[in-house]
Amino acid sequence: MPASLDIAGFAVLLLLALAVLAPLLRSVRSIQIPLAFSLGAVASLAAVVAGIMTVAAGSVASATMSVGLPGLPFHLRLDPLAGFFLVVIGLVGLFVSIYSIGYVKGYGGVRSMTQMICFYTLFLAGMLLVVLADDAYFFLVAWELMAAASYFLVMYEDEKGENRRAAFLYLLIAHVGALAILLAFGVMAGQSGASGFDGYTFDAMRSAHLSSGWAAAAFFLAFFGFAAKAGVIPLHVWLPEAHPVAPSNISALMSGVMLKTSIYGICRFAFDFIKIFPWWWGGVVLALGLISAVMGVLYALMQHDLKRLLAYHSVENIGIILIGLGLSMIFAAFHLPALAALALVAALYHTLNHAIFKGLLFMGAGAVLHATHVRNMEEMGGLIHRMPWTAPLFLVGCVSISALPPFNGFVSEWLTFQAFLLSPALPHPLLRLLIPLGAALLALTGALAAACFVKVFGVVFLGQWRGHQKPERIHEVGPSMRGGMLLAAISCLLLGILPTWVIGWLDTIPEQLCGAKLSESAGKLGWLWLTPIAHERASYSGPVVFIGILAVVAVTWLLLHVRATSVSRVPIWDCGFVKLTPRMQYTASAFSMPLRRVLGFLFAVREQVEIVPHTNHPALPGSLQYRLRIRDRFWNWLYAPQGDAAYWVARQVGRLQQGRIQIYLLYSFVTLIVLLVFLG
Amino acid sequence: MTHTFAVQLNSLLAALILLTAFALLAQRKILGLVHIFAWQGFFLALSTAVIGYASGEHHLYISSLLTLVMKVILLPYILYTLVRKLKVHRDIDAVVNIPTTMLLGIMLVVFSYHLTAPIRELSNLMTRSTLAVALATVMLGMLMMVTRRHAVTQILGFLAMENGLFFAATSATYGMPMVVELGVALDLLIAAFIFGIFFFHISTTFESLDVEQMAKLKETD
Repeated sequence: MPASLDIAGFAVLLLLALAVLAPLLRSVRSIQIPLAFSLGAVASLAAVVAGIMTVAAGSVASATMSVGLPGLPFHLRLDPLAGFFLVVIGLVGLFVSIYSIGYVKGYGGVRSMTQMICFYTLFLAGMLLVVLADDAYFFLVAWELMAAASYFLVMYEDEKGENRRAAFLYLLIAHVGALAILLAFGVMAGQSGASGFDGYTFDAMRSAHLSSGWAAAAFFLAFFGFAAKAGVIPLHVWLPEAHPVAPSNISALMSGVMLKTSIYGICRFAFDFIKIFPWWWGGVVLALGLISAVMGVLYALMQHDLKRLLAYHSVENIGIILIGLGLSMIFAAFHLPALAALALVAALYHTLNHAIFKGLLFMGAGAVLHATHVRNMEEMGGLIHRMPWTAPLFLVGCVSISALPPFNGFVSEWLTFQAFLLSPALPHPLLRLLIPLGAALLALTGALAAACFVKVFGVVFLGQWRGHQKPERIHEVGPSMRGGMLLAAISCLLLGILPTWVIGWLDTIPEQLCGAKLSESAGKLGWLWLTPIAHERASYSGPVVFIGILAVVAVTWLLLHVRATSVSRVPIWDCGFVKLTPRMQYTASAFSMPLRRVLGFLFAVREQVEIVPHTNHPALPGSLQYRLRIRDRFWNWLYAPQGDAAYWVARQVGRLQQGRIQIYLLYSFVTLIVLLVFLG
Repeated sequence: MTHTFAVQLNSLLAALILLTAFALLAQRKILGLVHIFAWQGFFLALSTAVIGYASGEHHLYISSLLTLVMKVILLPYILYTLVRKLKVHRDIDAVVNIPTTMLLGIMLVVFSYHLTAPIRELSNLMTRSTLAVALATVMLGMLMMVTRRHAVTQILGFLAMENGLFFAATSATYGMPMVVELGVALDLLIAAFIFGIFFFHISTTFESLDVEQMAKLKETD
């Protein structure tokens, strides 16, 4: 049986080989796409297998490759934490690769397939290498590979100015983040005490003993860098720009998986490198997580571009994951390993869940986009009739992200709540007081997310078609796209009803990072009941809830269909107003209006109503125009001033550019003389 | 030829090099400038040979020969043909007028002597007193580049700077290693070709070799 690291290496090599070989297959378009993406799926599957084996065995394997700069070989290491993220990347990579076979065909003849395949495989390989890397140098190479490949994928439809702008913004923030990560590694390596380049390996960083100030500097630099990639508020502005414009399979990967690599990085820095930290680090992570969760979902509610809305939900879910991580760090700082393990498992579980349901939702959004060619939800409606597969699969994603049982989102958020409810065990009165407030915010987030997805599903799939084109022209998507979504939906269900097994499998990670296992208490009553701490406190049984829900649905269905006459279809009652059109339906903006009124101060909302009179009499308006613009306040608060300042500085510096050679020569001449005067 | 005589001869040649550097600043005709540059190269080659003889560093003879071939024959010839072909032998105008430039030049010479004073104290080479002249030649070359508007004069200024650097190397350490000198000579030759191509392009694009015209290339906002 091959070692898990070999299997992971095989996955990476297969992907890299695909990137190289894709141009050779250019002439045979008919097999290029299926072959490339099937092999991409195989590579992803290999990564999943390697990850599952590593986490289950709790094994640590490492290797040194002889490639790289002289004296700086690449180090690889596969431990349970890396293995878990391999599973996350591999699972979503598998679903999306299958989905892409059908989705990418939509670009056939218009755009270069080779470009898509090359960057897609490089992107996947980059993400796998990020979690496999075991030295700072290799990590940053992989990190940049991932960033650069995804930049080109966001730019894929580069004829639109909007796409180029979004891609540039993404690249800019990714590079600022990478710079911070580089500095963090520099601090770690510099303080590790190792000589020369030895300090750059992760092993040296693990054994480094940092003073508290340097440790804080390293951690917060890294946290800043990873937060920029993860889209933590206020570094989230690139997300709602880049995700909508990228092809949907790429959005699914970026939102589902790429953001998670930063969660990996934060875990690595906090629990693996630094290990001993004060509680306020966790407090900062928790606070930023709460802000991201609440603000993310509120911004999402205000959107009516389907993919932009999903992008804001990624901000929200990254926030929820950070809440788990922050709690875990606080518990670990107070030496409560069992509770730290619970919160860490909650965070990791949510990482996996979010990867899958957000992948599913973006794939669903891609299917809708593929069929209708619009992104604006106000121009959709009634798609459940035209797309009988996509609609229920998308609904599964909606229910999962809204944290409703029996799907997976519920389990991880429930575990996070359990961690919150155990915070009175903390030996710190202020924290005991404040942390439960966070639980209230998390509950608010869940409720708002549910509201948001009621809006999404209702407006997009229910009601009547509002768009301009004929609804008859909309067709269900092909089998590979359905297959990718179906697999993701089944995973959502399985992760939701079998949490005890998943937690038992995950157990090696908290054991290594927090020094405590969860499965002993969590699985005390057998696989049927999940009891995170003790069964007297709280318990949840996925299978029982699932069967219960299934029974209720079955009974309702039977009651409705037992007689053929119990369901009858008649025209909608139009209140006597004869000219009822689909445009008179409840809209997405109308749905979110109450919240916009209550919480409008958080956004830059501009609402305009313009009545164009039909006749001279004001009681008979001809038409009414309603304009609504909602902007992210963070853009004006944080980013616009920086952009203006950079532009101003550039302008001042630009004055040096006179265009006359003599002036330029004079600059160097004067510099020379001045230096000679001072140094001579 | 005794040692003291060699030192005196070298000082004389240094003075002539400085004189030609000033002559470059004062000359208004382009062909005249090329001639003066050739003379400067000649004095430089002679001085290198004298130093080589007096110090016993025989590789300096090769340097001297190289200088003679490059800077007295080849480069002036290339420049001469260029000037003839591009028909640019009219008088040239300076940004700063010539008397002022000369005054600035004198200040630079004084400054160089001031700068090299500590080195003169420390060094025990026979050429230590000419180091100031070498530095002054570099600075005068640069001054020429700054104050002249014609592309050919800029190149001459640049080549004069190179002469100064070469002279500085021989004065300070009896020349650079042979490999470096060969490399520099090759660079100069390549540079001359590139200048030729650029002159051609500049004159066809702007119908003039006045570098002021290139200010048009500046991006405006």
